Amino acid sequence: MRVKPSEKKEISNPKRMCRRIPVSLMIGGLLAVLIVLMALAAPWISPFPYDEFHVKDRIQPPNATYWFGTDEFGRDVLSRVLVGSRVSLFMGIVATAISLILGVPLGLLAGYHRGSVDEIIMRLTDILMSFPPVILGLLILAVTPPNIIKTAAAVGAVYVPVLVRLTRSVTLGLIEEEYILAAKARGERAIYIMAAEILPNAWPPIIVEASLRVTFAILLAAALSFLGLGAQPPSSDWGLMISQGRSYIDTGPWIALFPGLAMCITVIGVNLMGDGLRELLDPRMKHR
Amino acid sequence: MLIYISKRLAYIFLILVAMSILIFAITQILPGNVAQMILGQFASEESIKLLEAKLGLNDPLPVQYWRWARGIFHGDLGHSLVMDRPIAAMLKQAFMRSAVLAFFSFFFVTVIGIGLGVIAAVRKNSPTDHIVSVFTYFGISVPEFFWGIVFIMLFASYLGWLPSGQYVEMTESFRGWLVHLILPVATLTLTLIAHVSRLTRSSMLEALQSQYVRAARAKGLPERVVLVRHALRNALLPTITILAIDVGWLFGGIVVVETVFSFPGLGRLLIFAIGRQDLPLIQACILVITALYSFSNLFADLLYTYFNPRVRYARKAE
Repeated sequence: MRVKPSEKKEISNPKRMCRRIPVSLMIGGLLAVLIVLMALAAPWISPFPYDEFHVKDRIQPPNATYWFGTDEFGRDVLSRVLVGSRVSLFMGIVATAISLILGVPLGLLAGYHRGSVDEIIMRLTDILMSFPPVILGLLILAVTPPNIIKTAAAVGAVYVPVLVRLTRSVTLGLIEEEYILAAKARGERAIYIMAAEILPNAWPPIIVEASLRVTFAILLAAALSFLGLGAQPPSSDWGLMISQGRSYIDTGPWIALFPGLAMCITVIGVNLMGDGLRELLDPRMKHR
Repeated sequence: MLIYISKRLAYIFLILVAMSILIFAITQILPGNVAQMILGQFASEESIKLLEAKLGLNDPLPVQYWRWARGIFHGDLGHSLVMDRPIAAMLKQAFMRSAVLAFFSFFFVTVIGIGLGVIAAVRKNSPTDHIVSVFTYFGISVPEFFWGIVFIMLFASYLGWLPSGQYVEMTESFRGWLVHLILPVATLTLTLIAHVSRLTRSSMLEALQSQYVRAARAKGLPERVVLVRHALRNALLPTITILAIDVGWLFGGIVVVETVFSFPGLGRLLIFAIGRQDLPLIQACILVITALYSFSNLFADLLYTYFNPRVRYARKAE
């Protein structure tokens, strides 16, 4: 394809490229990178082990030794918040991966085959979507002893229908494209067409949705942990820390405050990044 | 219209049946031994056998399901294992309290959310618009349990204006009842308001740029009439859909908020049931909450149809 001189100039000019990246993506991306770095480095940068008791220093307000104060066992809140970022990110990412792994193939199948396959898959998502999200999570986790992996899986399951529907609608939009018809005419197998022809063209909206799902997943997992159905003590999951700090609101508000703030910053960062990504990949949204 | 409603009702009925099977299956198949759970770890073999026979736990699962489902149709939601009381009465009391909470929250979400959205759209790119969007961004990004805790810290612990939790019956003290509702309602409202105001803002902006608004202005109608009668009326359609989605979040949020504020409603009952592994109570709570959710979705759809002439006439023509 021949590129017009003006377009070429725009692409090769780094300053122009920078201007095209939305501010929200830069701020959000920066926050997200910082938090991921923090999670990766947590064991080395946290001043104390997250589960070390300092019995003499119970419920200390923030001071020079314990920057974020200590909790009812004298554990350092800063260290716990730092290490807790790993749990939250882990849950968010694993849950989103699970919804992607289950949702995208089902959506492709439904959109590609249509007919009765489509009907069955869509009615199943209807059933799952008839539950309010938190309630579905509670239902899945209600009767078995809680642990992190199970919670992540439950959160992932909750958001499968959203990804099924999105993938399906994108697939439906692509299915009449000429290259798909050509692949069909060549006699390619359905699996090949779905994986090699449709999927590569369907990914941008799916990735944007997935990046937004990460924050939903983090929030839902935290809510489930808060309700006692996620990470278990002595884990320093943020939701669990807030739930335990609930009992010490009067004597040690910092115990619940700092993990909560950390969670807000994370979610705002990822949300900004998702919004920015959407703006970048879908220019029609820009002026909304 | 009637045909449409009955079609939807039939579909909801099917969904509810499917849901009840799912609820029953997940709660009944996964755990090991209900009788053991009730009697404790050290129960003798015989007493477990006896209780299993009494509860009908040895029957095949479809039989057990049928017994459960038939009971529901007769208004019998089963018998709580931990509380040793019929569930229906407990559930009704808890439901009434949650309904009050949900009603107030939903009311404020609708009124304030739409109001903020309209103001932000009319004063696009002004400081007011930016303040509203920052405010709503925080609403979305902060989980409800953290807002709840922050409110308790500020209004109960620090200022001492409001109680930090619990509940007082209206019949006991009207003022006490109202005061105990303020923080939970404020928490729920704050976390849900963002969707509504953001969507209202964007659809209102779209409406304001439309031909019919320009025509209305050109006619010389007062700006207030243009905004309310012409722009807002059309802009509200997508808002109805988002409000229906918010009802789902509201039911989830109620579970969390009731836990934060020790508010004795449906959500707290569910968490209590899960904590004590009271299977019949878990099943009944989840079934009631999801059924309510399905019906509120139907209601939102009907409202949407009613307010959207295009859909209404298309249906009539069918």
